[in-house]
Amino acid sequence: MEFLNRYGEEILQRSGQHLFLVFTSIAIAVLIGIPLGILITRKPALSRPVLGFANAIQTMPSLAIFGFLIPVPFIGGIGARTAIVALILYSLLPIIRNTYLGIMGVDPAIREAGMGLGMTDRQLLLQVEIPLALGVILGGVRLATVIGVGLATIAAAIGAGGLGEFIFRGVAVVDSQLILAGAIPAAIMALTADFALGLVERRLTLKK
Amino acid sequence: MDVMPIAVEFQQVAYYLGQRSLVLNLNFRIESGETLVLLGRSGCGKTTTLRLINRLLTPAQGEVRVEGISTCEWNPIQLRRRIGYVIQEVGLFPHFTIERNIGVVPSLQKWEPSQIKKRVLALLELVGLEPDRFAQRYPHELSGGQRQRVGVARALAADPPILLMDEPFGALDPITRVELQQEFRQLQQRLGKTIVFVTHDIQEAFTLGSRIGLMQAGEFVVMATPEEFVKSTHPEAQAFLRVRGEWNS
Repeated sequence: MEFLNRYGEEILQRSGQHLFLVFTSIAIAVLIGIPLGILITRKPALSRPVLGFANAIQTMPSLAIFGFLIPVPFIGGIGARTAIVALILYSLLPIIRNTYLGIMGVDPAIREAGMGLGMTDRQLLLQVEIPLALGVILGGVRLATVIGVGLATIAAAIGAGGLGEFIFRGVAVVDSQLILAGAIPAAIMALTADFALGLVERRLTLKK
Repeated sequence: MDVMPIAVEFQQVAYYLGQRSLVLNLNFRIESGETLVLLGRSGCGKTTTLRLINRLLTPAQGEVRVEGISTCEWNPIQLRRRIGYVIQEVGLFPHFTIERNIGVVPSLQKWEPSQIKKRVLALLELVGLEPDRFAQRYPHELSGGQRQRVGVARALAADPPILLMDEPFGALDPITRVELQQEFRQLQQRLGKTIVFVTHDIQEAFTLGSRIGLMQAGEFVVMATPEEFVKSTHPEAQAFLRVRGEWNS
């Protein structure tokens, strides 16, 4: 109780920072990732390099990515901007991959029917492929968000704030209460996002 | 003007997949209003031939002419909207109601919504589905035979002069299949469309075709009216006729 009195306000403030980091980076990653995912369904030659690049980023240790970005001009430095860039890079893979797989997974007979009826590529994409792939695409956004909430705790290491502050501080002074003050709100955030996006996903996925 | 204008004409057409030829030396004409059945075993090039007509494929050699114009000169989108297309898997859009599925081509062509609705209701009647019961349903709520009827209605929506059908009744149970064949035969006589119909079922070929083109290894081996076809001595025609004989006995 005493702990909450002392840290309650900071927990709220750090949670706000945390949400801002995750929300901004996911929003930008969606704006980049979905068009990129669509593009590589149209230009198959690009699909390997694009997916390969996104994959490569994902395999790098997250702490290393945050560190690597600090000396990069414009996007680097200490603070939230760098953290957002790193989170975007991490979110891209699930979003691009699910967009690509969702569209490629549309029944070829349906695609052929659309073409045979005289739909232009754009009409086929907007009226048929994207609506049918929406559930899968949203699944990618959901995954990226849940991963993002966890990863954003590391942003504190490069001075971007967020709930990671508590965790790093707690580890430094060996205070498990402090660690939990960061970990519990982050877990609640991740579960809430997962649940809410899961609901939307189920509504958008076609019942067969 | 000719009494029987030519709807589709193939001149020395070949199509390759890699080194292998899928069809070769295709030379034939389809007259306006006739029903040409492309008959043959799986993989003989029937579907390839069909897809060369609406330019889902373009010939590697030779020329396919639709209404006198080479498919390479047609705008492919305009060409396809003038040609109805029905495939075996039907390919109805699962996220559209039956009404929207049938109205796809008219709405692509920017018809008035009220006009589309009228047309859709008329087509549902035409293919034997009660508009009140079916218009607002989704494809997964229909049986295979009903879906196939919707597929035919969709292909007819913008009143195209030519209809391509790729084993449209292939996935149906034998009874529904025969019912649909009979109904389609009547429909065909009423509408007078030019129809190219792909099947591997000789029974179906005889029921529906005004001419039958038998294909083997990418080429036509027999092209004849059903009456002439029975007399063919070609081994592949004989093979198909034997199957039909066993069916009928």
